[in-house]
Amino acid sequence: MADIEFSILDPFSSVDLGIAESADGVKGWAIANRSIIQPIKSFFNEMIVGIDTTLNAVPPLIMLFLLILIAWQAAGRRTAILVGILMTVLGFLSPNAWGLAMTTLAIVVSAVIMSFIIGLPLGILVGKNDRFESAIRPILDTMQTIPAFVYLVPVVMLIGIGNVSGVVVTVIFALPPLIRLTSLGIRGVNPSVVEAARAFGANPRQVLFKVELPLATPTILAGVNQTIMLSLSMVVIASMISVKGLGNEVLRAMGRLDAGKALVGGLGIVILAIVLDRITQGMGQSGRERGHRHWYEGGPVGLVLRQIKKPKINQIEEPQKTNA
Amino acid sequence: MKNSYDAAVIDCRNLWKIFGERSGEAMKAVQEQGLGKLEVRDRFDCVVGVQDATFTVGRGEIFCIMGLSGSGKSTLIRHVNRLIEPTSGQLFVEGQNVNRLNARDLREVRAEKIGMVFQNMALMPHRTVLDNVAFSQEVRGHDVTERHENAMRAIDAVDLNGWDQKYPDELSGGMQQRVGLARAIAADPSILLMDEPFSALDPLIRRQLQDKFTSLSAEMKKTTLFITHDLDEAIRIGDRIAIMKDGALVQVGTPEDIVTNPVDDYVADFVAGISKLELISAGKIMEPVESFEKRRGPVDHNAWPEAEPDHSLDDLVNLSIATQHPVVVKADGKPIGIVTKNALLRGIQGEVEDPATLKH
Repeated sequence: MADIEFSILDPFSSVDLGIAESADGVKGWAIANRSIIQPIKSFFNEMIVGIDTTLNAVPPLIMLFLLILIAWQAAGRRTAILVGILMTVLGFLSPNAWGLAMTTLAIVVSAVIMSFIIGLPLGILVGKNDRFESAIRPILDTMQTIPAFVYLVPVVMLIGIGNVSGVVVTVIFALPPLIRLTSLGIRGVNPSVVEAARAFGANPRQVLFKVELPLATPTILAGVNQTIMLSLSMVVIASMISVKGLGNEVLRAMGRLDAGKALVGGLGIVILAIVLDRITQGMGQSGRERGHRHWYEGGPVGLVLRQIKKPKINQIEEPQKTNA
Repeated sequence: MKNSYDAAVIDCRNLWKIFGERSGEAMKAVQEQGLGKLEVRDRFDCVVGVQDATFTVGRGEIFCIMGLSGSGKSTLIRHVNRLIEPTSGQLFVEGQNVNRLNARDLREVRAEKIGMVFQNMALMPHRTVLDNVAFSQEVRGHDVTERHENAMRAIDAVDLNGWDQKYPDELSGGMQQRVGLARAIAADPSILLMDEPFSALDPLIRRQLQDKFTSLSAEMKKTTLFITHDLDEAIRIGDRIAIMKDGALVQVGTPEDIVTNPVDDYVADFVAGISKLELISAGKIMEPVESFEKRRGPVDHNAWPEAEPDHSLDDLVNLSIATQHPVVVKADGKPIGIVTKNALLRGIQGEVEDPATLKH
């Protein structure tokens, strides 16, 4: 590019540092190292396919019933009704909508599990260590703001198209809020409670598991909720690298200018998002905010337990009355 | 100084705590050049938390540290279980230098020898009362039945039976602090650290808890370091009191010592509003019989009301209200001193007339 004359007023256009070319080397490196990645890839692929086939193997009506029960347990009766109605609507959107939704759900679940495994320990570290936080913050900002198309190509070069790259791409985008909110939760724990735990002889691990993590749980669950939402927003982009499901429907409809089909896929994603959001938000609420103490005292599990326990409670209570 | 306690359980020697990044340099400068608190702040940008604190607490003694907020009392108490590391000086707990302990031994001392009660309760909101109380034994790995048994005993001791399965936020402030107290005594430690335990409670509940604590500690005989900003509380509870100002212990003594003999204006200011009726004893204000007779000539005190040296001013008022005569103070049946009405009135004001009579 030496033919462009250097101008002091416009120095940028005459200097070429060749950053784009050297960054393209990443692609070459990725292709060269594919063989190392393959066994890991096939392991994760089997996991995702396993979840997918399980979700699709359950008859839709039974799956619907299970989802309603989960929603009831996690978030109460009103959410259960909402989930029931929304999932029925989803099923009737088109004959193959349910199956596609289950595939998308499998991808989202895999991405959220991966994000949780990576994000929770990182979030704890970030919450405990200021220096680590300032080091990792620009990385998290990059992960959240860099356009997905930028890392789509290197990821495909390294791993190849398919579910695993779809999950990797989704994790890159959906991981940051979980790390941030885990850190926020850990930092938000009342320092005097931590001090009390130390004063009574707890070691750092006990402080973490018996005090900090339980108290940070609502914030961490808010992070999980955000991760799920961001995962769902990635399904259309992920479908560009051959991930099946609702996202693929939208992508194909776009190519054919088929507005009706795009609407079906899009509505399906929205419904799935609302359902997952309501269920995880319900988990974030403590049981006592809903009027009972432990998660197993409410919802369908509580109902069953109460039926089993009823005769026992009467037997125990009577001798107590005579004592008092 | 009264010291009927056999051994010092807490022995604090020349303890200094300077907060700030340059605390090491500041400490050196203080030791070599004797800098004051303000100079340390200006030259090193450090804050002196505790300056040169030296005191001992005997077995079973209740030692109150009284001071206004910011005087460093909470910082000082946290050195005992080493929640804060001293900048210089030593602190011994039952003969062990806590600052030399390794992490594992320190945790053992914290869990088994020292119980602590906090001003803001600091209960764990996600645990039931029972699990809160059993916490120190849980982290030591004691088995469930044993720790629940001990915890239930502690819950019993603070009159909270039946509340063990509740969560802290279902309890009132006073009850929460009783849980805090139960948690501190559950592992049966020999030392109790009380960091303004009753300050956040309303006056009536505070009084109840003070009484509860006094009766409990009379029973348990635990060595107690008690922090308060309320002199009334310190006098009611403490065997000895230390007055703290700007990180330094200004005066250490029995409640009576401090009320009758404040070392400086700062302490005198505190003491001014305190009722002396229950604090000062007849022995403090009486005039020896010889000096009384030298002044007034021989007297016949057979008809006079009689008191003992450790009777309080309140008792003396009751005795002398029925008669015009002074009160005669007798020890082992022998008259040793006389308290005239004037001396009694001065005593109620907190003034002990003749310094010579203090030596008894």
